[in-house]
Amino acid sequence: MKIYDGGKIFIGLVIFVALFASPFYLNMGKAIAKPELKFDTPEIQRLEKETGKKQCVEPKEFMRGGHMQMLNNWRDEVVRMGNRDQIVIAGQKFDKSLQLACMKCHSNKKDFCDKCHNYMAVNPYCWTCHIQPKEKQS
Amino acid sequence: MKILFSFFTVVVLILLAYAGVNANMHFLFGAVIPYIAVAVFLLGFIYRVLKWGSSPVPFRIPTTCGQQKSLPWIKQNKIENPSSTLGVITRMFLEVFFFRSLFRNLKTQLYEGPRLAYGEAKWLWLAGLAFHWSFLIIFVRHFRFFMQGVPSVIKTIEGLDSFLQVGVPLLYMTDVIILGAVTYLFIRRVFIPQVNYISLAADYFPLFLIFGIAASGVLMRYFFKVHIVGVKELVMGLITFNPVEMQKMQEIGVIFYIHLFLISMLLVYFPFSKLMHMGGVFLSPTRNLANNNRMVRHINPWNYPVKVHTYEEYENEFRDKMKKAGIPVEKES
Repeated sequence: MKIYDGGKIFIGLVIFVALFASPFYLNMGKAIAKPELKFDTPEIQRLEKETGKKQCVEPKEFMRGGHMQMLNNWRDEVVRMGNRDQIVIAGQKFDKSLQLACMKCHSNKKDFCDKCHNYMAVNPYCWTCHIQPKEKQS
Repeated sequence: MKILFSFFTVVVLILLAYAGVNANMHFLFGAVIPYIAVAVFLLGFIYRVLKWGSSPVPFRIPTTCGQQKSLPWIKQNKIENPSSTLGVITRMFLEVFFFRSLFRNLKTQLYEGPRLAYGEAKWLWLAGLAFHWSFLIIFVRHFRFFMQGVPSVIKTIEGLDSFLQVGVPLLYMTDVIILGAVTYLFIRRVFIPQVNYISLAADYFPLFLIFGIAASGVLMRYFFKVHIVGVKELVMGLITFNPVEMQKMQEIGVIFYIHLFLISMLLVYFPFSKLMHMGGVFLSPTRNLANNNRMVRHINPWNYPVKVHTYEEYENEFRDKMKKAGIPVEKES
């Protein structure tokens, strides 16, 4: 089979395949680090001792996909409507607050928030208003 | 009929993925079919392009939409009627990136008389441009699922796409634009009588399929949440040929598998369909040839060596007979 303008067609096909198949060779031989979250902050350990289980405001399955919408709703209620009513989970009262509720238990931003956010390359704009917690660990 | 057929084909595909995942066939829908789809797409694409490449183009047949190169005092339209490689490259660039030929799209209407009138029809150009650019940006944006350390270019594109910061997760502008553009491209086929008349199932099916892909993606991102870290682990597992274990596949919601299956179907369908215009636009002889018919000699590529019988040979053969008959000859012996 004779290919007319074979050189040009070959260059075009090479570029096309190189771009389309780039994930295959760019990740070749690289160890894929999966995000491992840590749930062992002092506050979580204390909670586990008192209540007998590790308990967030909602189940894990919901929090995985829905935490951002929950935070967004809390933000709207607190900042825009002035509704600071606390929420009660398993007899414990929590503020509707990122810094005073979420980060109280999950005080390990680097081993909690950042793990998945960096893995998924998402850059939430929490910390453009909130002050980032200072962490001792590296 | 053609519309319903295409529509229900896509519905069946969605149901197939839904039923398959419910029947625990995660490995089939999350690994086997995507691998087959990528292989069919790449090999089929290369095959189609090589097949086009093997067709000879005997003569220059560019569509000319401006003054060709002529006498020095006549101004040539170098883009619409290129005579050099640079002109062709400019023309191709504008065609591929901005759909210049669609910009000239016309609508024809017959008035009483009968009188034929032409009017501008830029909506197709605009919707086509919106659709293709959105699709490209969405495609590039998805590379964040395919890279270990995501390059900053992709983060920048994503940042610009979600620039309006509407809702959480941030709304992508391209998500809205692509759904709107595909809807317009569909409505156009239904309501413009001439376009409706020439539309086939092969025209409606890709529209429904792409609408299904975009809609399932939108549903997955904003409404039915999936375990997105699990999705990336699955994808990274696929591209490093090290698929994740069954339990991790089961953790991801079914809407992801519907999305993935529709994309796999698009990839499989691609090389056999009109979607090949992605490669075909570069191989269109009416676009990629310079109009230099009168400047350069173009030899017909399927010319074969013709057996000729020169006068010299003729005379050698019949010299004796010619002499006898008194016909003058060039050489005496």
